[in-house]
Amino acid sequence: MKSMPSWIYALGALIFVLLFNAFATPGFFEINVLDGRLFGSVIDILNRVAPVALLSLGMTLVIATRGVDLSVGAVMAMSGAVAASLIARPEGNILLGLNFGDSVFLIVLAGLVTGLLCGLFNGLLVSRARIQPIVATLLLMVAGRGVAQLISDGQIITFSAPAFASIARGATLGMPNPFWIVVLFAAVILVLTRWTALGLFIESLGSNPIAARNVGINTGALLLFVYSVTGVCAGMAGMIAAADIQGADANNAGLYLELDAILAVSVGGTLLSGGRFSLVGTLIGAILMQTLTTTILTRGVAPELTLVVKALVVLAVCLLQSPTFLHMLRPKKVAA
Amino acid sequence: MTRRCFAAIAATLTTALLFVGCTPTNEAPTASLEPTSNTATPAEPTKKLVIGFSQIGAESGWRTANTKSIQDEAKKRGHDLKFSDAQGDQENQIKAIRSFIAQGVDVIAFAPVVETGWGPVLKEAKAAGIPVICSDRSPTFADDLFVTFIGSDFVKEGEMAAEWMLKNVKGPVKIAELTGTPGSAPANDRAAGFRAIIKDNPDYSIVFSQTGEFERAKGKAVAEALLKGEFKDVNVIFAHNDDMALGAIQAIEEAGKVPGKDIIIISIDGVHDAFVAMSEGKLNCSVECNPLLGPLIMDACEKAVAGIEQPRRILMEDQVYDTTNAAAALPDRKY
Repeated sequence: MKSMPSWIYALGALIFVLLFNAFATPGFFEINVLDGRLFGSVIDILNRVAPVALLSLGMTLVIATRGVDLSVGAVMAMSGAVAASLIARPEGNILLGLNFGDSVFLIVLAGLVTGLLCGLFNGLLVSRARIQPIVATLLLMVAGRGVAQLISDGQIITFSAPAFASIARGATLGMPNPFWIVVLFAAVILVLTRWTALGLFIESLGSNPIAARNVGINTGALLLFVYSVTGVCAGMAGMIAAADIQGADANNAGLYLELDAILAVSVGGTLLSGGRFSLVGTLIGAILMQTLTTTILTRGVAPELTLVVKALVVLAVCLLQSPTFLHMLRPKKVAA
Repeated sequence: MTRRCFAAIAATLTTALLFVGCTPTNEAPTASLEPTSNTATPAEPTKKLVIGFSQIGAESGWRTANTKSIQDEAKKRGHDLKFSDAQGDQENQIKAIRSFIAQGVDVIAFAPVVETGWGPVLKEAKAAGIPVICSDRSPTFADDLFVTFIGSDFVKEGEMAAEWMLKNVKGPVKIAELTGTPGSAPANDRAAGFRAIIKDNPDYSIVFSQTGEFERAKGKAVAEALLKGEFKDVNVIFAHNDDMALGAIQAIEEAGKVPGKDIIIISIDGVHDAFVAMSEGKLNCSVECNPLLGPLIMDACEKAVAGIEQPRRILMEDQVYDTTNAAAALPDRKY
């Protein structure tokens, strides 16, 4: 018998929250067309979830290898700062005097390369130097924000660049661009991990690293790969965040988002102990978290309560995922 | 062999990165020490002081302007300013104050990052006979531990924002409030001041209040949700700082409404970007919260060392700017 997918509880919670909104929040499912794009709370959810969704896609792979990447929030701040300083200060910026003019392609590439370099740095520390992932990535989490502040001189760099801003504010085929970016990243990662043996390699590395090495998997290269993917995802997320407000805020961009990403992964049914992972579950987890946020904001719940409400829903999902807890709930068999 | 090689590279990279991360804190004091040590610019009749200043961090344009004002004023008067950036951490600030005491500075000034927990270190300063001056955020510790507080009156700012609204926005008005970080003094005081003015006027009611944590991105996200929920017909958005208001403006534009006309936007701080938005008519009013505290702080330091009695609270005169006078003031704005 095929067992239920691990993300079934997250999906259940998501449906529950959506049903609640259908009855209790007027206009939640209302969708209008405005300037050729869809406009409504549900669209907002799919738009706003993009940064955390991107982070948690990469995070899923890292967690599947028994690792964790705490630096993603700081990497977001760095790539945002790189992109913003290339746009706002084409002359005299500290980035080796690079001048990309207003080529959005090159600026996005610069942001992605920033993420990639950070990912490679993490990957090298974990795979070659054998530093525990939580320590290795903590380094960049702390230092990365400092680097971002250096790039931006401790200021919020604001810019007016409609072409770059359209990454977050524009729409294609009615849907906001961040949604399509997540679809693209998710599709690429899904194809890589499910249509090739890569996913299997990652799962075997997470299940038993020694066995994986013994059967000939190049575990070092594999680790380098998953951290690089996470870095690139974080780089993209950072640019969405910067494009959204047309400014790079080195202090606040991506702050604590690594925790949201880890939460999305674990709510989505991937165990932090590594091994099997579910990208679909992660996406559902991320959407669940964002749906809660949007619901809370739309309903105007008191700010003091928002975090508590979120925590309660996450707690419920986690408890339902725990076999021990479910076992305790089950009625005791009475001896015949 | 290769593994050792990689380890070496990783270690070097790490060290390099740490150095990069450290630079701002290390550089700041050296830069500010320079002017007084050798060059003699004795235009001031007063004795040259050694002043230790512990700043919260460099988290916003406001803060940077505040820091620059203090550094410039110290340089102008020929005082030796020992500047320390706490990067938003109370622990760092306490360490900085301890080191000022150990160095035997003439006077200590600091902008407390949080309201509580300063008792022990300030008692040490008192025992060493060093006067302490508090800036920017109102202190809650015992009165005998500091000489005076210098800063803006956040309650007054909230009141001024509400008064501007009473004068310029008529009829039954529904207000949405974007509050600052919950529990912070500016958020509490600005909310209290604003409410104190409108509470006797039944035409004005706050129908929605949610935190944007003083951030542009969160302000935008909250406004976006506001404009789709049951209070989408609000007339006024009152934001506790400019950054959240600027985020809200973007959300309003994306919702197909005209910021400044369909929805009146009132905020506090008066940063440069807010002046730009006001001159474009997108932001209606911003109550200034002046960060240029340098001259007042230096005055207070000199008086404290000379033993001259001064008031417990020295407050900055803040002004209201709106679309009528913002464009004219824009070129002179320093922050």
